[in-house]
Amino acid sequence: MSTLSDPPVERFQLSQLINDTRYRSYTFQFIALILLVLFFAYLGSNLVNNLREAGLNISFGFLSEPAGYDINQRLLDYNSQDSHLRASFLGLINTLIIAVLGCFTATIIGVTVGVLRLSNNWLVAKIMAIYVEIFRNVPVLIWILIIMAIFTASLPHMRSFHGDDPENTFALFNTLAVTKQGVWFSEPMFSRSLGEISLFGSHSLRFDVSLDFVAIIAVLMASFFGARAWTKHANKVQQETGVRPNTSLVNLAIWFVPLIALLIILGFYLDGPTLTGRKLKPIDDGIYLRNSLIALWFALSIYTAAFIAENVRAGILAISKGQTEAAASLGLRPGRIMNLVILPQALRVIIPPLISQYLNLTKNSSLAIAVGYMDITGTLGGITLNQTGRAIECVLMLMLFYLTISLSISAIMNAYNNAVKLKER
Amino acid sequence: MKKSVFLGALTVAGLAAGAAAAGTIDDVKARGKLNCGVTTGLVGFAAPDANGEWGGFDVGVCRAVAAAVLGDPNAVEFVPTTGKTRFTALASGEIDMLARNTTWTFSRDVDLKFEFVGVNYYDGQGFMVPKELGVSSAKELDGATVCIQTGTTTELNLADFFRANNISYEPVPIETNAEAQPLYLEGACDVYTTDASGLAATRAAFENPGDHVLLPEIISKEPLGPLVRHGDNEWGDVVRWTLNALIAAEELGVTSANIADLSASAGDNPEVNRLLGTEGNLGEMIGLDADWAQKAISAGGNYGELFEKNIGENTPVGLARGLNGQWTDGGLLYSPPFR
Repeated sequence: MSTLSDPPVERFQLSQLINDTRYRSYTFQFIALILLVLFFAYLGSNLVNNLREAGLNISFGFLSEPAGYDINQRLLDYNSQDSHLRASFLGLINTLIIAVLGCFTATIIGVTVGVLRLSNNWLVAKIMAIYVEIFRNVPVLIWILIIMAIFTASLPHMRSFHGDDPENTFALFNTLAVTKQGVWFSEPMFSRSLGEISLFGSHSLRFDVSLDFVAIIAVLMASFFGARAWTKHANKVQQETGVRPNTSLVNLAIWFVPLIALLIILGFYLDGPTLTGRKLKPIDDGIYLRNSLIALWFALSIYTAAFIAENVRAGILAISKGQTEAAASLGLRPGRIMNLVILPQALRVIIPPLISQYLNLTKNSSLAIAVGYMDITGTLGGITLNQTGRAIECVLMLMLFYLTISLSISAIMNAYNNAVKLKER
Repeated sequence: MKKSVFLGALTVAGLAAGAAAAGTIDDVKARGKLNCGVTTGLVGFAAPDANGEWGGFDVGVCRAVAAAVLGDPNAVEFVPTTGKTRFTALASGEIDMLARNTTWTFSRDVDLKFEFVGVNYYDGQGFMVPKELGVSSAKELDGATVCIQTGTTTELNLADFFRANNISYEPVPIETNAEAQPLYLEGACDVYTTDASGLAATRAAFENPGDHVLLPEIISKEPLGPLVRHGDNEWGDVVRWTLNALIAAEELGVTSANIADLSASAGDNPEVNRLLGTEGNLGEMIGLDADWAQKAISAGGNYGELFEKNIGENTPVGLARGLNGQWTDGGLLYSPPFR
């Protein structure tokens, strides 16, 4: 006979919630959560009550009303009779344009400056140090205004291109005009265009996609994978036979032959800018970038680049000197040491703070109205807010947009970080 | 995180809405200062002088209200507001009244919940261009780059005007008059548009005002007036009747020169007596001292004096009375009777 009895079933008692260390932390977290929820519920009801007392209500109906104002720099079709939602959408696209352009140039300038600041050349290193200290220690708004002021004060007026004997003529084989108002340059056009497809019909979020553009992207992607496959093949052949097939010439051909063929098929040509012969708008056609866009882009880029340069410098200094020496003893030249040994390792240190810089740049782009660039803060958070008086709704939407943009940037960059970070096995 | 940011904004908005409900006149008296919203600087209407003292036509209205309520025309805290910030400042209670070239429109009165107490300047939107452009009418402005103050009715009028005339333009939105001025002078925009009075005031500040012309077209009605929050009628009455007192004083011939004599004792004109508090109890009805209007008029003179001193033909701004004359002179100014 077994004398063993079942172990006593541990019965749960309420006092355990406080006394038992296994549950205690949960209890307090739960209480804190309840209090937090109550606090926000109180704030929310306070807001609703106050709004009701003031006779205001939260409504997003204004978004479908005609906006009534015009937007200068825009990528999509728009006129003052389109809805506030359309105007906000165009503002959002303008914000994205400046964010993408800014992050791209800031990275290039930042990495270059960061690397050069560590140069053994005393003069170059000091110049880069001065650049970093000047640009990151003056508020970005000031830079935006200074650069805009320099543009308007120093560049020739658009009207100087006008007349029988103009002071200025188009530069670079008639493809470029730089003026106080903005920059015109030639627009790529296709005489045998594939046309475009319109998405979302006549909805406020409608936009057209040029099929020519899609075709070019598709060919470029195919070239990218083709070039990669060829390099891989070359590596394989080299490993097997010791003779490396020619890669640079073949890759060049893979990149450019299909692209040029496609451009010829589509009938590629450059159009504009042209002189209209009118005094008020002497230059027309082509692509027109207003100086407000360029000044904002330039200011955000050089300002953020100063921070990125410091991140890059920190990343490089975090790699032990032994790596450089080891690479040098293998006979690598300094440029290749940087590209093949140092930077790939430094990226692990550089990427996380780089994400913050991208987010900063995107959020700083909301200063656009200082130079009259109509980003989402200028349209939805500016004119629409003012003309409709729907401050709470507009600000909420604005927060939501910026939050979405920022979280998307974070997600993309985190994915990239995971790809380059040290793989521990 | 997302939720807390969201609700944080709601709280701020909620608190702001709560602050707006109290009796403004008591707040002003308790504070001993009137918070008056004005422009960030427009010569003739509201601009600080070399000593930092605010002066101008709109500032005169603020000072008159402060004199009527607090007995001291200098008991004013001037809060500079932009076209964008002005309504939030008023709605949140940061300022007690707004005297800032603000156009009285249906939606601002009804939808934004403000109370326009009257009109102190009848204006309209005009265009200023450099003389060298050789333009004589706004309809010739096809393709022009137009500098415009953002957050104002002028933005909408401009879009309407160009659409109605089927001509194109390129708007350059600018936050304040001070920012627009250099852009226009540097030639970053061909045209500057705002209320005609504002254009005249801006041009007056130029080095060579003669190089710029105002085009003849006035493309909109812009009745500019002081405004207060909706729902506080006592305070609205105080501001409304202070403005009316200034206008009525001009009509009745009460000036800063003769007001001391006229208010010393009741005279022959019963309306003047009622206005200046030597007869009747209008002051008591509105909840102020009997001599409230006398103090308001003494602050800077009657409407006509304020006009001549700040924006009249002998000032750099150089505006004619035009629509802003008394109704007896063919203008639109018409104060309801003081009785």
